[in-house]
Amino acid sequence: MTDQEILAGLAEIIEEIAGTPADEVTPQANFVDDLDIDSLSMVEIAVAAQDKFGVEIPDEQLKDLKTVQDVVNFVSKSS
Amino acid sequence: MNGALPGSKILGFGGYQPDRVVTNDELAALVDTNDEWIRTRVGIRERRFARDDETVADMAEAAGAKALAAGGLEPSEIDLVIVATCSPESPMPNVAATVAHRLGIVAPGAYDLNAACAGFCYAIGAASDSVRAGSARNALVIGAEKMTSWMDWSDRSTCIIFADGAGAAVVGPTGEGEPSGIGPIVWGSAGDQANKIVINGRNGSLTQDGQAVFRWATSLHPVALEACRRAGVTPAEISAFIPHQANLRIIEAIAKKLGIPRDRVADDIITAGNTSSASIPLAFARMAEQGRLQPGTPALLLAFGAGLSYASQVITVP
Repeated sequence: MTDQEILAGLAEIIEEIAGTPADEVTPQANFVDDLDIDSLSMVEIAVAAQDKFGVEIPDEQLKDLKTVQDVVNFVSKSS
Repeated sequence: MNGALPGSKILGFGGYQPDRVVTNDELAALVDTNDEWIRTRVGIRERRFARDDETVADMAEAAGAKALAAGGLEPSEIDLVIVATCSPESPMPNVAATVAHRLGIVAPGAYDLNAACAGFCYAIGAASDSVRAGSARNALVIGAEKMTSWMDWSDRSTCIIFADGAGAAVVGPTGEGEPSGIGPIVWGSAGDQANKIVINGRNGSLTQDGQAVFRWATSLHPVALEACRRAGVTPAEISAFIPHQANLRIIEAIAKKLGIPRDRVADDIITAGNTSSASIPLAFARMAEQGRLQPGTPALLLAFGAGLSYASQVITVP
């Protein structure tokens, strides 16, 4: 899966869970500061991302995933 | 649902909340929190706290009396009392025998059941099986909690969530030819995560790993789907979804995954807080008062909590 495909999949998840329009989900976007996504929504996004991409994103890892690109990198590295 | 055994059904519900209303602002004076944070993270606007001298048994008695009245049963018709609780004042005597006595129920089988916040669904399952097997004619099931006895008032992640209250239901047999009103229970536990919600020791207070519990709870929709499947209904046919009132975000996430519209989902947590095993019958009683329940239609219950424990079943609205 390319980074572009992961980004598109992630944008779909974020729109579904947090209601953020997919076109605002850019690689540089910070979840808290730019997308207004809190820690609980991050957990939901992680679970949905696990189902979609088949990679485990543990709670301990979540706090280090601050931007959309961080998640893309993590998924890309783990899959 | 099974022709060989008599069926069981819920005859009536009742709820009791203590008088004292506690707002988010009041808690913000105790710990570093605020109304906006609590509303957005947990969904609670206010909750009820019991008086210092008000016990789990006092609240259980009040809810039990209401359920008996709603079910149209006399105390003499009950021969099993189950109290689901994880916050009694002491481990013995149990709450159930005391409450039965106070309600004028003479010499019933009476026991407490601890599956924490999942307790009410466990107790409904146990009562239903007892009625169907002939071990009891009718059973009184009560979820009653004084969670405020076990709070750390400096822990802002828990003391804003939990509250006090009691709810109850009467379980009895179905008439001849009448379909069963309590579907098969789907239950289980995850003891590998026992350390996620804990009261440590005799003078301990409740601690929980909120993020881990959130992750686990929002992934429980397959349990509810299985309860629907075993009851022979689809989520689209569910007239009311009444999950444990743990956190509005968990409730909404599960409802969304089940495809159940928001207006069919209990949201009693907004004004009741998390009352552990009391939350489902309290929410049920509230929805009935609000005219949001249609008798004879299927309602889906889903409870989850410390253990970790979970249970789900479909019931027919009395």
